[in-house]
Parts: sequence; structure tokens; C-alpha cells
Amino acid sequence: MAATTHIGRSTRRVDGRAKVTGEAKYAAEFNTPGLTYGYVISSDIAKGKITKIDASDALSLPGVLQVFTHENAPRPAYFDRKFKDDDSPVGEKFKPLYSAEIQFSMQPIGLVVADSFEVARYAASLVKVEYKAETPETNLRKKPKGHKAPTGKTGFTPPKSRGNAAKAYKNAEVQFEAEYYHMPEHHNPMEMFASTVIVEEDGKLKIYDKTQGVANSQTYVTNIFGLSKEEARVINPYMGGGFGSGLRPQYQLYLAVMAARELNRSVRVVLTREQMFSFGHRPATLQTVSLGATKDGLLQAIKHEALGETSRFEEYTEVVVNWAGMLYHCDNVELGYYLRNLDTYTPLDMRAPGSVTGIAAFETAIDELSYKVGIDPLELRLKNYAEKNEFEGKPFSSKELRACYAQGAARFGWAKRPAQPRSMREGTKLIGWGVATGMWDAQQQKSAAKANLSVDGKLVVGSSTADIGTGTYTAMTMIAAETLGLPLDAVTFKLGDTTLPVAPLEGGSWTVASVGSAVKEACEAVAKKVFKMAKDVKDSPLSGASFDEVEFVEGKVQLKGDYSSGVSIVEAMRAGEVNFIEEETTTMPNMLKQMQYARNTHSAVFVEVEVDEDLGQICVRRVVSAIAGGRVISPKTARSQILGGVVWGISMALEEESVLDHHFGRFMNHNLAEYHVAVNADIHDIDVIFVEEHDDIVNPLGAKGLGEIGIVGVAAAIGNAVYHATGKRVRELPITLDKLL
Amino acid sequence: MNSFSYTRADAVETASREVSNNQTAQFVAGGTNILDLMKYNVERPTRLVDLTRLPLKEIEDTDKGLRLGALATNATTAYDERVEERYPLLSKAILAGASAQLRNMATDGGNLFQRTRCYYFYDTATPCNKREPGSGCSAINGYNRVCGILGTSESCIATHPSDMCVALAALKATVNVTGTEGERTVEFADFHRLPGNEPERDNNLKPGEIVTSIDLPADGERFAKNFTYLKLRDRASYAFALVSVAAALDLDGDTIKEARVALGGVAHKPWRKPEAEDLLKGQKATKENFERVAASLLEGAKGFGSNTFKIELAKRAIVRALTMAVNGQH
Ligand SMILES: Cc1cc2nc3c(=O)[nH]c(=O)nc-3n(C[C@H](O)[C@H](O)[C@H](O)COP(=O)(O)OP(=O)(O)OC[C@H]3O[C@@H](n4cnc5c(N)ncnc54)[C@H](O)[C@@H]3O)c2cc1C
Ligand code: SF4
Repeated sequence: MAATTHIGRSTRRVDGRAKVTGEAKYAAEFNTPGLTYGYVISSDIAKGKITKIDASDALSLPGVLQVFTHENAPRPAYFDRKFKDDDSPVGEKFKPLYSAEIQFSMQPIGLVVADSFEVARYAASLVKVEYKAETPETNLRKKPKGHKAPTGKTGFTPPKSRGNAAKAYKNAEVQFEAEYYHMPEHHNPMEMFASTVIVEEDGKLKIYDKTQGVANSQTYVTNIFGLSKEEARVINPYMGGGFGSGLRPQYQLYLAVMAARELNRSVRVVLTREQMFSFGHRPATLQTVSLGATKDGLLQAIKHEALGETSRFEEYTEVVVNWAGMLYHCDNVELGYYLRNLDTYTPLDMRAPGSVTGIAAFETAIDELSYKVGIDPLELRLKNYAEKNEFEGKPFSSKELRACYAQGAARFGWAKRPAQPRSMREGTKLIGWGVATGMWDAQQQKSAAKANLSVDGKLVVGSSTADIGTGTYTAMTMIAAETLGLPLDAVTFKLGDTTLPVAPLEGGSWTVASVGSAVKEACEAVAKKVFKMAKDVKDSPLSGASFDEVEFVEGKVQLKGDYSSGVSIVEAMRAGEVNFIEEETTTMPNMLKQMQYARNTHSAVFVEVEVDEDLGQICVRRVVSAIAGGRVISPKTARSQILGGVVWGISMALEEESVLDHHFGRFMNHNLAEYHVAVNADIHDIDVIFVEEHDDIVNPLGAKGLGEIGIVGVAAAIGNAVYHATGKRVRELPITLDKLL
Repeated sequence: MNSFSYTRADAVETASREVSNNQTAQFVAGGTNILDLMKYNVERPTRLVDLTRLPLKEIEDTDKGLRLGALATNATTAYDERVEERYPLLSKAILAGASAQLRNMATDGGNLFQRTRCYYFYDTATPCNKREPGSGCSAINGYNRVCGILGTSESCIATHPSDMCVALAALKATVNVTGTEGERTVEFADFHRLPGNEPERDNNLKPGEIVTSIDLPADGERFAKNFTYLKLRDRASYAFALVSVAAALDLDGDTIKEARVALGGVAHKPWRKPEAEDLLKGQKATKENFERVAASLLEGAKGFGSNTFKIELAKRAIVRALTMAVNGQH
């Protein structure tokens, strides 16, 4: 590969300064004269009907403009399809303030609008609501029977079995079966969901919305309220964390737009932390894994079945069990994925949705099997290594998982691992080592981008994508600067605005691959024009050259490797008599080529835990995460993504659960003091390795996307290490200390 | 949060009068608890009397020991050289709680008054006897991982969540209060109360009484060497205790002259039982002896489902804490 100036080199986040100085503004921070404030009233019950709602005390407070409830709120659209968004599951859509019916706890049942936030909040507490409550069902495990999950949600591939797993399992020399469960989890980004809707003089709406896709929010709003795209511009330059929670428009957007239109006033609605527990979450999932193997550990049969929760009105699906058909070589695989409707809100994609869940259970089962057959868990994985993706029946575009295992094991010192559980100790602490595999998709979506190079050598590139903290600004700036041979500070990347060319939702780890490819293509289109002009410069050293023979370096276009042959970009554009060159492109994945291959990222995670023998307290002392994710564009932000994934994996394994009181059908630990996420003191040594992985099939950049793979596999590796330390297998996440007493 | 008026107190007596005369008035010190509760609509005072300008910030030596002004912050107290040297158990307990930011604001007086962390107490959508007397206790048959196992009642099983108070109980601190009827001193063991059938009352103070200072007795210095504050929780920092143990030993060789053990996270008040401590008087510091203390302290403990594990956990924690104290591990 040719030497690069920016790609593959560590650089600081280009938006870092703006973020730490407070210059970066978030959806709830945009102001306008005459702004009003909406405060959402949430339902106390999970199921039933509102029988009476009395807002008279609230309305009599000075400063209150209106209290919207199902009794007086407009119903701008009737059909469910108007409420659809790019990440909608199959089913009916929730329509705020449309009826007296309560379908989930903390359902929004009213919006108070006042001229200050404090008055709106106080007024909301004065609205008297009476209910006719029914008994909710929110316990997935109470009657663990589901129905087959429907297809239809983007990104969902139904499970597909092969061979005859039942028979192979029955005949297998070694059999293993177990049930696994984890609680619902909420995304809990730092920034609350917020929308600031500014009504402009001409009546158009300028909407600052916390979202992972401004185009998605725009479609949602324009469809429901019957607006043209010009009438509703959606902007979101920064996001204080998304993790998937911003993949669907949340109800504060609907409520803010509705109120702004009804009152003809600018309105801001910000949810409270408590209300952040009133929408999507990672669904509670109950799984059964059965493995049949030969005595020496060759997999003969795999059965993996999962039951996930969903709401009464939508069928949320994610890919939970398919991974069991991809991770290892096995001829007999039986997969099943079922849903059960409960009285909660619809779950929502959360970092590596499905994979995190399914692989946590499956990679634990593989570990359990390793003890049954008496083979080192890493060796067992290598023994059953999948050379191709047997689920899709295709070769991998690239798969350097073996290198992940080898480099990870070497860095970790795995070779010294004693086979027996409970064989390492330091005083009262039991020490254990565990390993697990991770897997995620490497996708590319259609995306557009625009590049504008001005004669002063400044490049502005734009696409409507988002930076949810992942480093999109930085990576895109690097790709653009690289393509046109410019310094980073000559490039400005713009995102999060529906006036920019359309990008897909920021999710699925496809942003670098999709938007990055579009940015590259738009910049190349500009480069071609520059090259043409450079050729026409008087006595041009490039006159006989073709585009393939030149490169862009240090503000010049030159014959490859020949620093004496260059024409500066500025000189070329002056000669061409243009002030700027602008190109917009829409980049499609090369489907014909890509379709022939399975495209995935892989990881191997090694963990050392320490467990207090008497008190059950767990400390994850060391993690080595070896990643095969294609070409690494921005090493610093890429490493940060993996670190963040590992941290969240620790959090998921040991701490995170949204606690439901099934009597009330309500999440009870709805604040950050009681919904525990890992804190600094929980995090110790984390080592990230990116193994070399060359791939020219996934996309023109060769990058596979690293947003999600970092979390996959961590929970299983920790649980496996806990077993190795204590001899105790915990099959329910999170592994809190009481489960080890 | 409702609208309220705000006033700054400039004298203890007037502040006390103001609150005792007005049932809907409350004090505010660091504000780290009361303001949260107001935002959750759990506390709805119509008037807030700010104590922070009162001259009660000093930490000073008295003939009885060391006196902590009620308005000294938790951070100042924990890092005070005299506290670190003579009452390190207290430093350790304070630093095991909350976060650096909160400890910078939180006051020693306010810490005594912090309210329970029972999930239902914080959520006005659910019944709770402590918040709305007579409405019922949701925790008893609900999610009670954070609730108590000792001294509970049918109307409330909440815990007092403080770490600092567990150490104060072990050190047998006394609390100086001033009310409209004058000054008095309250033994730490009598400061907080069990829920009984009045769970809305956390302590034995009268309306309007102000804590002016906390006295650490001079003889508490005996425990400056062999002590431990062991806090068990769901993450390594910034979480309330599931169970915590303040253990302090006065040793003569390997013979115990006096032992103090107080538990946090298990009851409506820091849990101490002098008879259990007396089991160690004149005894050797052995695991068996510690187990006897643990069994005695947990006598009558009752679990409610998701918190039942605390009974066994508390026993093990007591044994561990005493063992650590013997070894001088803090
Ligand atoms: C997220 C979070 C985590 C926390 N974690 C922990 C933890 O792990 N361990 C722990 O121990 N604590 C923890 N705390 C609690 C913290 O220690 C208390 O909130 C704090 O000590 C209260 O002190 P304050 O001065 O801020 O009280 P304020 O909030 O100002 O007042 C609380 C109450 O005390 C009354 N009051 C205050 N001073 C006096 C006085 N002198 N006389 C009479 N009445 C008075 C007020 O009227 C009010 O009702 C945590 C708090 C938060 C928010
Ligand atoms: S335990 Fe006490 S605080 Fe908790 S719900 Fe019951 S009465 Fe309320």
C-alpha cells in the first residue's frame, strides 16, 4: 500500500477543542428569542386507560401557554406508515397523545408548554390524572413462550438451520446444554433527548434534534405533519452519545414540532433522565444453547434458541442466534428466534444489537464445552475454526481471526494458563483467565457527499451523517485531506444537516465505509478536475500524464513519487480561471462484487479477573482485545472506539440492568446513581491490538468499521474468566456479587 | 419542583424558629440531597432556609475530643489532618461515599439527614409510606436489593444510606443540636430511629432543631490503628453500600480490649449491637470469635427476596473487616 499522509496515522480529534471548551452546541442548547419550553408528563401506570385528566391548576399558573393531552392535541396523521422511520420494526407505531390508552409505563400523556422550563416543570406536577389500571405483564421469564419473529426490519436476517442438529446432538459423544438470561439495559447516553424547534419568520421549521440521522428525523416529521423538506430542516452538529438510542426519532421530537405548529411558537422539549427509561432499550433475552461434540472437541451439532421481549405494538427484531451458525465449522445447526409481547416500550438497537446478546451466551457455552471435553478454550476455538461463513454459504472477504487469537494470546500470556478452575490465587482473591470471540458485520450503505475546493486551497466537505462521539468528523477530514493531498487544517467537514447530501443513519458500524467512500469519491471527482487544469498549465510537467499516474501531495498534484514534477492546486485553479470546484457524488456499494462474500469483523478478547473468595466482588484487571477490522483509518479514534466497547462490555457483564418492578411494569432504577455503568475505578488495564487485515472487497477504503466489534465478546470472556477463577458459572447477566456468594 | 421562597439564615436560633413555625419550611446546607428530592417532586418545601452562612464550619479541638462543625464539608473533614490521624476510620468512611464533587458540597450535618435511596421513595408514581404515609410500602414485595434486613417494620424496610454515619456510630460520636427550646446533646445511637409505624420520620429530632456540631470522643483515638471501613457495592466507586462495615479494635497484643462494629446498608440507621461487640472483650482475635460476633449482629435478620443475600454477605463482611482491622489493613 502506498505511503499515506493522514490515513492510518494518529491525530487528535478535530472537534476535540470545541467539545472541551463548550463551543460545540447540542440540540438543547440552541436559543432563539421567544423560545418556549415543553415538559412531558409521563404515565404512572404501565397498562390501562386515562379516565380523567385535569389541567386546570396547571393552566392557571402564570406563564403556562398550553397543556396538550389526548383530549386536545391534534392528530396530524392517521396511518402507521406516516410514523415509520428508517429503523422501525414491523408493527403499529406509537403516536403520542392520540388516545387515552396506556401501553407502557412512563408513556408520554401530556405536554406542558410555558415560557420557562421551571414553570413548565412545576405545572406538569399540578396536572391531575386518574387511571383505570390493568395488570401489566413485563416479565419475560414468567411464561417463556414466544412466536416466530417476523422479517421486515432493516438489517434483520431470519435464522436459517442446516443439516440435522437434533439427530447429531443425540448421537454426539459429548453433549452440553444450558440456559442464559440477561436483563434489559438502557443506552443512557450523557445527553438527554432534546429537540429545539425554531419557527422562522416564513413559517418554516428549523429543528435541532438529538438524532443519529437528521434525514431520518426529517422524513418522520415531514410525513406526519405533511410538510415539504424545505419546510423542515433538521440539524444536529454534535451528539452527547447515541449508542443506537438516536436511530429512531424519539417522542420529544414529535411533541416539540406538534406544539410549535399549534402555538406558532418556537419550542424546546428536553426529556429528564427518568424519561430516558421510557423508550427503547436492549431487550431482555432468554437463550438456550445446546452443543454436541466429539470427545476431542469437534463440533457436531449446534442449537441456539432465543426469546426476546418486544412491545405489544411493534415486533422488534435483532440478529441474536445467526452468529452461532457463523462462528465455527459445524454441519448441523438449528437456530430459532422468538419474540414475546410485553407491556413495555419497543426495544431499540443498542451497540452491536443482537450480536452482543447472542455471542455472550454462545461463547459462554463454548467455554463450558471446553471444560467438558478437557481442551483449552482457545484451542477448542481453533479446532473448530470456520474457514468460510457457513451460515451465508460464502467465503469471507477477509478473516484474520487466527491472527487475533495468536497475537492476543501472546500479548496476554495465555500459554501460562492453568487448565483447572480455582488454581490461581493471591490472598483472598481468586484469579481467572477467560477468552471469547467476537463478530460483527462489515457493511457499506449508499451515501452521498459533496466536496468544495476553493482557490485558496481550502476544502469543505459535507454529508448529512452524524458524529455520535465515534470520530466521524476526524475520520472524514482525514480521508478528504488524504485524497486531495492537503493538510488537515485546510479541510472542514460538515455533517448533521438535512441541507447536506444524504447519508444513511449513523449506525451498524458502516459510517466510515459508507460516508467515507462517498467522501473519497467526491474528493476524487474534484481531484480529476484539478488534474485537468494542472495539465493545461503552461509548460505543465503533467501534460502527457493520465490521472492514474499522478498523486496529490502537500497541496500539489505531481507524477507519483516525483517531487520535482508538481503543479500546485492553487496554480492549476488560477490557470483554469475558477474560484472553486464543487462535486457531489452518490456512492453505491459494489453489490455484484460484495454479494459473493461474507463481510465481517472479528475479535478475540482475553480477560483476567480477580474475584474475592468470600465477598464475591469482581475486578477486571486486564483485557486484551485483538481486532480484525480491515484498514484502520484513524488509529486514535479507532482505538478509543475499542476501549469504549471494552469498557461497556465490562459494564454489561458486571453492572448494567434496568430493574423492572413487574407489579408496576416499571423500570425502577431510572437514574444514573442506581443504573450502574462502569466508572473509572472499575477500569484497569486495556490493551488493543489491530491485526493486519487487507480487504479490497468490503469497500474502496478497505475499512470495515469499528464502532461495535469492541463490545462483542467482552461479557462472555469475563464470565468465562470468573468461572476459571471460582469454578462457579453464572448464566445471568450482570454478574453481581450476590450471584457468587 | 414547586416554587418556593428562599432565605439565608444569619443566626441558628432564628433559623430554627423559622422552620419550627412553618411545617413546609426546610433547611438546605450543601443541597446535594434536598435539591435532588425537590426536582423529583418528593420534597415540596415552600420555603428553604439556607444554613451555609452560619458560623458552623470549623473543626476544632475541645476538652471532649474533636468537634466537627455541622457545616464543615465532607471533603474538608475527610482530609483534615486531625481526623486523618486520630479518627482515620471516619476519613475512610467519608471517602468511600459519593464522588469528589459531591463531597465538596455535602456537609457533615446534611449527611446525617440524607434520606433513603429506596427506589420507590424516589418515584412518585409508586406508593411509599415514607413519602406518603399510609400509601403502602412497594418495596416489601417489590425490588428491595437496596433495602434493609434488620430492624425493618411492616410499613418500611428502607435503609439509611450514609457511610459517614456508620463510622460515627462505631466511634460513639455525639451530636449537638439547637432548637427553639435550647441546646441538647444526642448520643449517635439515639439520633436515627427505626421505621416502626412512622417511617416518614428518619430521626429523633424535633421540628426546627438544627445540628450545630458533631463531637468525636477523645477515647475514639484508641481505634486509630486497628480499624477498617469495608464497603461492598455494585461498582468500585460512586455507588451506595449494599453492606458496609466499620470495624475498630483496641488491641493488647492479640487480645481485644474493646471492639466496635457498625453496619451500613442493612437498616434504617447505622446498626450497632453493644452485646455483640462485648463478645470480643478480652478475647483473642480469631476467625471463630469474629464469626460469633457476626452471628450475633445478624440475629433476627430478615430478607425480602432481592435483598436476602445481604444476610450472608453481612456476616462474611464482618469477619473480613475485623480480620483486616487486626492486620492493620484499612
Ligand atoms: C449521586 C449521589 C451519590 C451519593 N453517594 C453517597 C454514598 O455513597 N455514601 C454516602 O454516605 N452518601 C452519598 N451521597 C449522599 C451525600 O453524602 C448527601 O447528599 C450529603 O451528605 C447531604 O449533605 P448536604 O449538606 O448536601 O445536605 P442537604 O441536601 O443540603 O440537606 C439534606 C437535609 O438535611 C437537612 N439539614 C442539612 N443540614 C442540617 C443541619 N445542620 N441541621 C438540621 N438539618 C440539616 C436539610 O434540611 C435537608 O432536609 C450521595 C449523593 C448523591 C447525590
Ligand atoms: S421501604 Fe420505606 S421508603 Fe421504600 S417503599 Fe417501603 S416505605 Fe417507602
